[in-house]
Amino acid sequence: MEAIIQTKQLSHIYSAGTPFERAALNGVDFTAYRGEYLGIIGHTGSGKSTLIQHLNGLLKPTAGQVLYEGQDIWADPKLTRQTRFNVGLVFQYPEYQLFEETVYKDIAFGPGNMGLDEQEIDRRVRTAAAFVGLRDDQLEKSPFELSGGQKRRVAIAGVIAMEPKVLILDEPTAGLDPVGVESILGNIRDYHQAHNATVILVSHSMEEVARSVDRLVVVNDGVIPFHGSPEEVFRHAQQLEDMGLGVPMMTRVFNRLRAMGADISDPVYTIEQAKNAILKAKGVR
Amino acid sequence: MALKDITLGQYFPGHSPLHRMDPRTKLLAVCLYIVALFLAKSFVSYGFLFCVLAAMIRLSRVPLKSIVRGLKPVVFILVFTAALNILYTPGEHVLVKVWIITVTLEGVRTAFFMVIRIMMLITGTFLLTYTTSPILLTDGIESLLSPLKKLRVPVHELAMMMSIALRFIPTLIEETDKIMCAQRARGADFETGSLIRRAKALIPLLVPLFISAFRRADELAVAMECRCYHGGEGRTRLRQLKYQPLDWVTLVLALGMCVSAFVLGKFGL
Repeated sequence: MEAIIQTKQLSHIYSAGTPFERAALNGVDFTAYRGEYLGIIGHTGSGKSTLIQHLNGLLKPTAGQVLYEGQDIWADPKLTRQTRFNVGLVFQYPEYQLFEETVYKDIAFGPGNMGLDEQEIDRRVRTAAAFVGLRDDQLEKSPFELSGGQKRRVAIAGVIAMEPKVLILDEPTAGLDPVGVESILGNIRDYHQAHNATVILVSHSMEEVARSVDRLVVVNDGVIPFHGSPEEVFRHAQQLEDMGLGVPMMTRVFNRLRAMGADISDPVYTIEQAKNAILKAKGVR
Repeated sequence: MALKDITLGQYFPGHSPLHRMDPRTKLLAVCLYIVALFLAKSFVSYGFLFCVLAAMIRLSRVPLKSIVRGLKPVVFILVFTAALNILYTPGEHVLVKVWIITVTLEGVRTAFFMVIRIMMLITGTFLLTYTTSPILLTDGIESLLSPLKKLRVPVHELAMMMSIALRFIPTLIEETDKIMCAQRARGADFETGSLIRRAKALIPLLVPLFISAFRRADELAVAMECRCYHGGEGRTRLRQLKYQPLDWVTLVLALGMCVSAFVLGKFGL
């Protein structure tokens, strides 16, 4: 697989040279491949937010490099700005950054900054709005009249409208009800498939990432202790527990069942897999 | 990020004698120090006050670097004051005379003392905010101003407003930082372009910031009402302010400093 974003020995120190100095990242080698759905998990303060802000050039590395399609994004100021359009970043609680008079204008802010022509902006705004399930009549409303969940959709659409090749979302489902969580995760999946884009989902919910992503990267104390498919990562149940992350509920249940002598060999981390594993163990086809 | 460099009113945690002192003592001492600064007229008195300031900085164990950084934002004011004083002070000893610009020895002298005075003024007051947490500071102000309650000045309400404002400065800075990052991720550019362009670029930052400030104010008001807050009447305190022997000593010394500056001034020093 071809790497789209890479970091090499990336380190970041906040407030360097003051008593508040704090190392957030320590020589991180991170790779995201083209077209994959990647999950990043880590505890609050693990450095995961710092890491993703490096990927689109918002933070400048204290040491090390960030490569986008093999080029150092800090080599040239133009490239740094271009990277922000190629790598879309949706922050936590993005609804707090809405500012325009209408939903339409707010979504158009990103594409407008890219210097696109009116027609293209219009197309992108409407496509992005459709992706997150906003109706046409909502486009002319003020974003502040919408409900919390809808505001979040508008904010996500604002980044999707830039049609980034890499879409990074920091806890996109935080504070939403279960129905809202499902539908936002569905929208993200749709974008991933429709544009063949690389999607990076940052979360601390194991359940959420376990059923969405192809590959998982664990961040802890400014380093990446392990990464791999969810199945591989969840094998480190004890270490994950020690980091305060834990494994999905289903994995925990089945680990206990195995410990009690149940004959289950398949990896289990979603409800679907759990169902199949039980049926298999019971000998039902 | 430039925003992180704002140190105005920032508290520097520590356990030095200056940190442990009663906030009222520190407030009064700083007031006396400012009076002394304005009484000072010569190298001798400035030198004396400088020694006092240096001793206090040493005692507070606040790194010199942080104190110097606090002076950065006023560099413009310093340069401006110095320039004005140099150019517009009349005097007998003319040093340079080019076209309409006349520089006199008196002008240079005034400018020099003015700059020193402002720098020492700011450093001294910074030392107060560096060593006193905002909460204690407002407690101290409230206590010092409480006699004004007799004149129907809403001292408690003012102090409460001040502590809330102080409490939310870091929060708002953090929020500004976050929104700035989010808009930059959408290609907003705050650094380049003409003045008008840059002013316009602030709209995506200011609108969300105002909205979130109002939202926070609303939430805070509800939270306070839920806990039956109804003003200062009959309200007891978690931290009672009490003068310690150290405070009395400090106050006497501060008064002494002020008197010395006055006496030195009388002798034309």
